[in-house]
Amino acid sequence: MDQLLQHVVNALILGGTYALLGIGLTLIFGIMRVVNFTHGELYAFGAYMMYAWVMLLGVNFIASLVIAVVLGIVLGAIIEWVLLRPLRGADIDTTMLVMIGAWIAMQNTEQLVWSGVAKSINTPFPADPLVLGPVSVSWTRVFVFVVAILLIIATYALIQKTKLGKAMRATFQDREAAALMGIQIDRIYTATFAIGSGLAAAAGALLGPVFVVYPTIGDLASLKAFAIVILGGLGSIPGATVGGFILAFVEEIGAGYISSGYRDAMGFLLIILILIFRPTGLFAQKERIG
Amino acid sequence: MRWVLAIAWLIFLFSIPLWLDNLYFLHILIITGIFIIAAMSLNLLLGYTGQLSLGQVAFFGIGAYASSLTSLGFSFHILPNTVVSLEPKPVWFAMLMGVLFASLCGWLIGKISFKVRGAYFVIVTVSFAEVVRLVALNWLELTQGPMALNNIPYLRLGFPGLGEIAFIGKVPNYYLVLVVAILTYVIIQRLVYSRVGRAMIALRENEPLATSVGVDVTRVLVFATMLSAGLAGLAGAIYAQYVRIVDPDIFLFIYTVTMVIMVVTGGKGTLAGPVVGGLIFGILPEVLRGFEVMPEVQWIVYGVLMILIVYFLPAGIVPAMRAWLPGQAGHRKERDDESRAAAEMRS
Repeated sequence: MDQLLQHVVNALILGGTYALLGIGLTLIFGIMRVVNFTHGELYAFGAYMMYAWVMLLGVNFIASLVIAVVLGIVLGAIIEWVLLRPLRGADIDTTMLVMIGAWIAMQNTEQLVWSGVAKSINTPFPADPLVLGPVSVSWTRVFVFVVAILLIIATYALIQKTKLGKAMRATFQDREAAALMGIQIDRIYTATFAIGSGLAAAAGALLGPVFVVYPTIGDLASLKAFAIVILGGLGSIPGATVGGFILAFVEEIGAGYISSGYRDAMGFLLIILILIFRPTGLFAQKERIG
Repeated sequence: MRWVLAIAWLIFLFSIPLWLDNLYFLHILIITGIFIIAAMSLNLLLGYTGQLSLGQVAFFGIGAYASSLTSLGFSFHILPNTVVSLEPKPVWFAMLMGVLFASLCGWLIGKISFKVRGAYFVIVTVSFAEVVRLVALNWLELTQGPMALNNIPYLRLGFPGLGEIAFIGKVPNYYLVLVVAILTYVIIQRLVYSRVGRAMIALRENEPLATSVGVDVTRVLVFATMLSAGLAGLAGAIYAQYVRIVDPDIFLFIYTVTMVIMVVTGGKGTLAGPVVGGLIFGILPEVLRGFEVMPEVQWIVYGVLMILIVYFLPAGIVPAMRAWLPGQAGHRKERDDESRAAAEMRS
């Protein structure tokens, strides 16, 4: 029982960052109809920026986190500007091929710049874990969880309360009608991709110090983000939030009670179950053929 | 004219081992040929049905593992006291098993993911490849995990009049790959010009219209996935008996990317596309190696090339060449397919 409780707490904490990853991807897919294969590379970028600023430049941990997220947003905007803008109106397969090319190029650039050796990032938090009855959690993880939840709330607020968010929702519902109402679609797209990328970078910057950072971490991050998004329904933000937590729970329980070697296979299992029983995902309102 | 050209090509290809005594280069050609078979299988899906499979390497690897395990024999526990085991079987039978098992996986994946299409199929296939890699890595009892399957038996085939031929070494394997590649080409050609092939192209162009004239879209897609997986599995089985060692790295995503870039560069939805693309990207790594380029740089070059081709040569090299060399008679049908594909890319 104590063990189960520990797993649940671990899953909650991991779920926060998974939700960030998923929300970023689903936002981009929902609004832009782009399957973003560079998502995991933005995650890796966030983690490496954390390493660069904290470990190499000696900048304060929290400040580094902010810098990593901001740089992630900038990189996302650049990718959108350079790679996707010329392909506006192209079909989903064409953009997919471009994003796969970008994925491979980015990942190997990381390998070239940072070498294949795994990097670890020191945190300023006390080494002694927070002990609550039978459960113990490291302070770093507590911090990761709190920041992830704050970022999720901030993203919701951005989409529900701000003018930009309103424009994004309008574009999501009907691109042509939104354009006719005077919304600058190109700007919305760049903003969407930048925000989504920023969320992925945030997830990477948060989980980088918890685990270690190496060039191919992005692959698993991408696959997990895909699983989360299919789970919640492509394009659904509440779906991605809940999906992130579900995936974390299934992974944690699966690794704890079945086999830790198959931890990363749990996402696929969920995708298969969802496709068999509820192909449009848990939260999608209407049939979507991506 | 076309026939003369085709026969000249075949004579050239069959004569290569007679005058080329550089075994390393022959090895490159064998590996390139295996990748061309895999790329052709991918083209069947990506080019003709318009569905992007990012799990092609999974079918390739499943074919390699299934055929190796059948030819080596295996035993594993399904329950603590129940053991499933298989005695070593002849290699030709094992390769057949590899093909069958790969197509079975293709059928399953198609069945599950074509309930919803497009992005879902891509994501399911890319995750599937990762899961199969994890299984190969973790199921030590069956796959030996990272220790790899070693000493995989090579193929022996009896031919009437020739006696038994052992496919060991470069030259016999070169001919094996060449013959299988030609067969694959012919199978795909027959299929594309058949009723099913027309149905595939129709649903790629306009799915609602295809449905309205009675094409059972899901069935056609599942069939195409199954056939594509089987052909990829065949390439994997040949690969396994040629290199005679299989480890989980066979499932690396980068190999799928190599197949995708071969098809896209050569021209998706054309018969010659994967061959042209396959030759370019089979030889290119050797050229880059000549310049002492690091593998990372090679992959960066691949990634950037893929982007550039989508921007500047969206239909691929083969259709572009056809446009450059007008006046070629015959096969208007294929050209029509290609120009439509090009129009679709531009729209």
